[in-house]
Amino acid sequence: MNDHALLESLLDTSGDGYFGPFGGRFVAETLVAPLQELTAAFATAQRDENFQRELAGLLADFSGRPTPLYFAERLTEYAGGARIYLKREDLSHTGSHKINNALGQVLLARRMGKHRIIAETGAGQHGVATATVCARFGLECIVYMGAEDMQRQALNVFRMRLMGAEVRAVEAGSRTLKDAINEAMRDWVTNVRDTYYLLGSALGPHPYPTMVRQFQRIIGDEARAQFLKREMKLPAAVVACVGGGSNAIGAFTAFLADKDVRLIGVEAGGRGESLGEHAARFHGGVPGVLQGTYSYVLQDEDGQIAPTHSVSAGLDYASVGPEHAFLRQQGRAEYVSATDTEALEAFDLLSLREGIIPALESSHAVAHAVKLAREMGVGKLMIVNLSGRGDKDVDTVAGLKKGGAQ
Amino acid sequence: MTTPLQRAFQQLRQTGRKGVIPYITAGDPDLATTHALLVAMARGGATAIELGVPFSDPAADGPVIQRACERALAQGVKLNDVIDVARSAARQSGVPIVLFSYLNPLLRHGLEKLAEDCAAAGLAGVLVTDLPAEAARGFSQALQRRSLDLVSLVAPTSTEARIAQIAESATGFLYAISVTGVTGARQQLSADAGELLARIRRVTPLPVAVGFGISGPQQARAAWAQGADAVIVGSAFVRKIQEHGSQAPAEVESFVRELVAAQEVEA
Repeated sequence: MNDHALLESLLDTSGDGYFGPFGGRFVAETLVAPLQELTAAFATAQRDENFQRELAGLLADFSGRPTPLYFAERLTEYAGGARIYLKREDLSHTGSHKINNALGQVLLARRMGKHRIIAETGAGQHGVATATVCARFGLECIVYMGAEDMQRQALNVFRMRLMGAEVRAVEAGSRTLKDAINEAMRDWVTNVRDTYYLLGSALGPHPYPTMVRQFQRIIGDEARAQFLKREMKLPAAVVACVGGGSNAIGAFTAFLADKDVRLIGVEAGGRGESLGEHAARFHGGVPGVLQGTYSYVLQDEDGQIAPTHSVSAGLDYASVGPEHAFLRQQGRAEYVSATDTEALEAFDLLSLREGIIPALESSHAVAHAVKLAREMGVGKLMIVNLSGRGDKDVDTVAGLKKGGAQ
Repeated sequence: MTTPLQRAFQQLRQTGRKGVIPYITAGDPDLATTHALLVAMARGGATAIELGVPFSDPAADGPVIQRACERALAQGVKLNDVIDVARSAARQSGVPIVLFSYLNPLLRHGLEKLAEDCAAAGLAGVLVTDLPAEAARGFSQALQRRSLDLVSLVAPTSTEARIAQIAESATGFLYAISVTGVTGARQQLSADAGELLARIRRVTPLPVAVGFGISGPQQARAAWAQGADAVIVGSAFVRKIQEHGSQAPAEVESFVRELVAAQEVEA
């Protein structure tokens, strides 16, 4: 058997949890049965009207859905091209789309009888969403966060603690999202019998990529209906930032069958093109296995995971959700990148021209959207998923501005 | 065809002995010491040795082995170096050496090439922490064609059906994870271990080695008494290496001897 055939056999693509060759469940044996149990519980919940009704009620009354689809008039004017609509996930309770998934999974955890919830967080938005739902349901909550990220997202650390979560600093490796996931997996494998791992992005072992996508697809489902109602047609493009990829897959899913709608994911271009200076997995990564899933991974020639950099903690990750790798392979979605500098400019731009302070993660999508609007030209329409608000980032941005002025 | 691991366990059973399998991380503190450690552990009476491939993200390991990986990677140790040091130690000592790795470095190397290189180097087998049985078939066959084993793991969370399924395709020996958790020394053998051993014994006659959390003679005796053919001891060895650096070979040799001798002592 040649190596390609061997890889094919490794990736049992006939099984659940694969997107073409990507995805799977590459974990220690101890976690296989718990993941099978989770997969079954999720499938049952999806078919259960009571579960869906309870989730819909919480999304409406607790989180404030549907979020608006907003025509960004002055941003459009500035770009001088396509009309730009913003899907306002930043107006969700807790300030980002992460609450959609946290609500879905916490209901699942309750059904499974788990009372101890653990989570990882990068920018802190998923940690805050998890702390929020745990406070709402009276569950123990432990959030693993890279020490570096705790420093740059101090506001979110405070919010999590305010809601009763224990935030544990991760000092290993690059002290960012990847290391927080390693530590959460170590906790889970140890306490798997009574603990629910509430993973925040569309990555990790099956069923997480599928489950997180299903809990996030409400973004695109709403946006598509809102857009059709308003413009009587579909947009030419949907743009979203991609870290692990949950807001992007949530925005894209409803449009997958609409072949004329371009789906564009924006990765973190960081501060340079060499390995270690960015988090653009599709521009420097190769397929591999990190944290349970087969997808594109930034790594060196010996298969060691490379360090990454982005000004935004939420995009600072060495791998990417496997469904994105598949959509790219199929040519259904395109993936580009925006640099730190471009994202910071977009952060200012949206604040100044629309009175909306975007998260640094979402600023990457805004940066590309402005470029794209010019390319597409007047008369075209696009949606940008504004995945979160930027309150958490003002200290970082203020620090960079001060540093830049010196 | 009999593999080196099968032979090692057959010999144990024929002589009524119990086995000791130490784990060390290759390149910690450096490759020259790794070679000396492997030879010393063989001399001490190790049944086989697990040689860890250092990885940047060892999510199944506790702090002791995480630090060992960091020290080895700081030395710039590569997979080819690990195979080379295994080759020279296997040649010198004859001990079966099992490559213990996370999947990604092996994927990057190429799995077919890895099987080829391991066979050429005289390794006995490979264990991949994050490659569950259902995904492992092709790689297992590639190794078996070269008389090498892919060591299969079973855990306290594995269901009866899974244990049977894993045992059916397993070769060499079964690695029973004694406790839900990451690698690392613990005070006592967990209650899970005995239960898991009993469950394994119900479905397969394959040799079983118990690992995770075994750090000394007392726990080894407990595992053997519960039906294990061998014990796997990792973090306790890695800690000795961390403490004694390049002087560690003599220390680990006497530690292997102590563990092997524990079976002579009445429990």
